[in-house]
Amino acid sequence: MTTRAANEKLIMDASEVSRALTRIAHEILERNKGTRELALVGIRTGGVHLAHRLAKRIQEIEHAKVPIGELDITLYRDDLSLRKEQPILKTTHVPFNIADLKVVLVDDVLFTGRTIRAAMDGLIDLGRPAEIQLAVLVDRGHRQLPIKATYIGKNIPTAGDEVVQVFLEEDGEEDRVVTRQGLQNS
Amino acid sequence: MSFKHKHLLSVAPLSADEIMLILETADSFKEVSGREIKKVPALRGKTVVNLFFEPSTRTRTSFELAAKRLSADVINFSPSNSSVVKGETLLDTARNIEAMQADIIVLRHPAAGAAETLARGVKSSVINAGDGWHEHPTQALLDLYTLREKKRNFNGLRVAIVGDVAHSRVARSNIHALTKVGAEVRVVGPRTMMPFGIERLGVRMYDNLDEGLRGVDVIMMLRLQLERQGRALYPTIREYSRLYGLTAERLKLAEAGALVMHPGPINRGVEIAPDVADSFSSVILDQVTNGVAVRMGILYLLSGANQ
Repeated sequence: MTTRAANEKLIMDASEVSRALTRIAHEILERNKGTRELALVGIRTGGVHLAHRLAKRIQEIEHAKVPIGELDITLYRDDLSLRKEQPILKTTHVPFNIADLKVVLVDDVLFTGRTIRAAMDGLIDLGRPAEIQLAVLVDRGHRQLPIKATYIGKNIPTAGDEVVQVFLEEDGEEDRVVTRQGLQNS
Repeated sequence: MSFKHKHLLSVAPLSADEIMLILETADSFKEVSGREIKKVPALRGKTVVNLFFEPSTRTRTSFELAAKRLSADVINFSPSNSSVVKGETLLDTARNIEAMQADIIVLRHPAAGAAETLARGVKSSVINAGDGWHEHPTQALLDLYTLREKKRNFNGLRVAIVGDVAHSRVARSNIHALTKVGAEVRVVGPRTMMPFGIERLGVRMYDNLDEGLRGVDVIMMLRLQLERQGRALYPTIREYSRLYGLTAERLKLAEAGALVMHPGPINRGVEIAPDVADSFSSVILDQVTNGVAVRMGILYLLSGANQ
């Protein structure tokens, strides 16, 4: 079903991914004392899948539905004016008013922090949330901005030139997190 | 797939994929235009110059709004209040504007090919906002965007373009765009308003409006250019209106749920009856709304290519 490159190292398998998400769901509920005023916003594309999974787990635990939004951060990137070709845009879809909500941003990998900076700017353009929290499946370090995740699936010490990749069922892959030598993360 | 063009001068050289990329990019900006804060920082620090040598309200305002919603700085430049009346050439005007670090120049000009000439002479990106009878690419793209929004699919979609096709840059851009994405295009109008050899663009010609409208999914009315009245293209406005004006009665000849489009400004009671222009079939105001999103998309896609 899935082919693995030779230089790939498995960091989390499907059951570890699942357990990490279950724990994060519990932590979100614990910290926010339930689901009141709570919303999940996934950063496209990996974060969107994870946001949906977290919402499903939260519903199983608490029997309450949490609104889910999808955020495309391309227009807020800090390297837009430096690029020769513009990256393909996807649509932001946040079908509820985020004003005064406690918004949990969800992403797959936390690396430099630049994506999260862009996501926070994008989010605030949609309204003024009461609070922004951050949930990531993997924190691989090497921050270039003072940004810290509220919920972390797993901390992975990496070299700067290593690639961390999260594969998810929603994209037709077996759930897993791998690291590889070589190309820089995009 | 990425957009590799530096300028947008005409629809003719675009591929179907590139057209679809522009429409999909515009989707994101339609969402932005629906927000309370209708602004994103994508073009922060860039300068867009609207260089309009012909009167225009809709297109210029639309480009201005599009650029502003992308956080670009916008300058409007039109010949009535500029050095052009003092005899400066198009290229000299443009070079002066460029010397002020303009990143994108949006040009409307009465001469066909003006945008092309400008693009060769300056380093900025050039967007053609209408050049003579040649093309008006952003109008065709916003028309396609509106069609896609309402009809979902272009394949086999039957579109009638009605009016003075020979003198219409909107018609020419739309013929190119629609045939590329798989629509079936008819042009309808008196022979005096049909350019020789129009069939070579892959369209069918009708000089009878009723026949031309039968079974179509979309009717694109062109503005009767009243300023050309002296040219003997038709005997009287009243006769033109009787033979080629779209009425509620004639609209029934088209498919049920057919859309009525018009690039504006409309001549009520000439090419389109007021009740048709205001009917549920009419998507004329959607075209205007979508124009801003499509132009944001184009500005965004071109803004990367400057270095």
